[in-house]
Amino acid sequence: MTLKATPLNSAHRALGAKMVDFGGWDMPVNYGSQIEEHNAVRGDAGMFDVSHMCVVDVRGANTRAFLRGLLANNVDKLQAPGKALYSCMLNPEGGVIDDLIVYFLAEDWFRIVVNAGTADKDVAWMNQHNTATNSGLTITQRRDGNDPIALIAVQGPNARAKVWQVLPTTQAATENIKPFNVAIVADTAFGEAMVARTGYTGEDGFEIGVPAGQAEALWNALLAAGVKPAGLGARDTLRLEAGMNLYGQDMDDTVNPLDAGLAWTIDLVSERDFIGKAALQAKGQQAQFVGLILREKGGILRAHQKVVAASGNEGEITSGTFSPSMQQAIALARVPMDVAVGDTVHVIIRDKQLAASVVKLPFVRNGKVLAA
Amino acid sequence: MNIPTDLKYTESHEWVRREEDGSLTVGITEYAQDALGDIVFVELPQVGKAFTAGDDAAVVESVKAASDIYAPVSGTVVAVNQPVADAPDSINQDAYGAWLFKLTPSDAGAYDKLLDADAYGKTTDH
Repeated sequence: MTLKATPLNSAHRALGAKMVDFGGWDMPVNYGSQIEEHNAVRGDAGMFDVSHMCVVDVRGANTRAFLRGLLANNVDKLQAPGKALYSCMLNPEGGVIDDLIVYFLAEDWFRIVVNAGTADKDVAWMNQHNTATNSGLTITQRRDGNDPIALIAVQGPNARAKVWQVLPTTQAATENIKPFNVAIVADTAFGEAMVARTGYTGEDGFEIGVPAGQAEALWNALLAAGVKPAGLGARDTLRLEAGMNLYGQDMDDTVNPLDAGLAWTIDLVSERDFIGKAALQAKGQQAQFVGLILREKGGILRAHQKVVAASGNEGEITSGTFSPSMQQAIALARVPMDVAVGDTVHVIIRDKQLAASVVKLPFVRNGKVLAA
Repeated sequence: MNIPTDLKYTESHEWVRREEDGSLTVGITEYAQDALGDIVFVELPQVGKAFTAGDDAAVVESVKAASDIYAPVSGTVVAVNQPVADAPDSINQDAYGAWLFKLTPSDAGAYDKLLDADAYGKTTDH
């Protein structure tokens, strides 16, 4: 099977990246040490090729109304152009089709960024709903085809400054934007650039979209400015420390977002109807989503390990790793409702039951360890 | 990737060195540490434990994966390398120096049946 490649594939190989099959994509897992890359993001600036993810442009007069019905979070929170929103897209049973970010660019143009592995499924679902609601929208994915957009995420306390060194014409438009906002700047050395103050690491930074043909030049310019390349290994330890969910692992089509720590992204309060609302109102929350810190030596916390509460009730780790910033094993876990923050639970690793503390998320934010 | 010719190997990426007293020193190869990535946890066997060839003998965990280390031959553990358990990344720094455990083999001839450097090298060629 031939793996899919992003426009930065040769750039990764030129840097000596260790390449792996990531859901059908040929991607860099590290460029030598994922721990060093992680630390570079927390302390300085690192960058990720996220061009396997997919920009989807939704255009038409009825776009806002369409998205009000499609997405679990409320796009009416987006009133100022440039504002962005993190949301789930649910199926009628209340399961999560994908998690995504939607950017309000104009009343007749919203831009959505979806996950790599779910892009085809997401676009098909949106098209289906477009037809079913007679919304008359044009829905265009910008990853494959005529006019693709490549995505590079630059993250860390020095990320924005380094982006401005390389993209000086974006500084005026982006210097004062708050987190979860985007600016599109037509005139840069790398073509039209979408610069969003968003990210998946818990650090400040910009996620940048440029025409795919300019991606390698932009990547090399960022390298020259001292931004460290960072691979998927570091991406996973950073997002886990930041308490951010990974689709396909922490939740999927069969998981109720209320059981995945995503209640804050689901607007059940307003009268707005959306796909999956009735199912969520009927089910309610049935499990808690918490952080765990391993307190006994014996291994590393990993997905699918069983969690045993003091009551004897069982839960399961959905994502686990070794935290470079905390030097401890940490995890995200779906646990019974009778488990509280501050409790000690036991995780089954091989033949042992090892004690772990239940903590509030996130573990780390803006370079600081919050959970201990 | 470095594959010393004075060592023997298994297909599961353990290296084995026969010492003068006949005991066998066991670690994981440079290929294995590279595939695993940053190693953050090592669990060593108890001294005195007896293994049959192929038994789970130790565990090495990197950030992204847990890997079982197997007894290359049948034997009894006579020593473990506690400093490596205390500093797991030493395996990444020096895979052939960071031995994990030593065995007294139950069959002295079993060592000769392990893969030589050439044969092991072929298993890692893709």
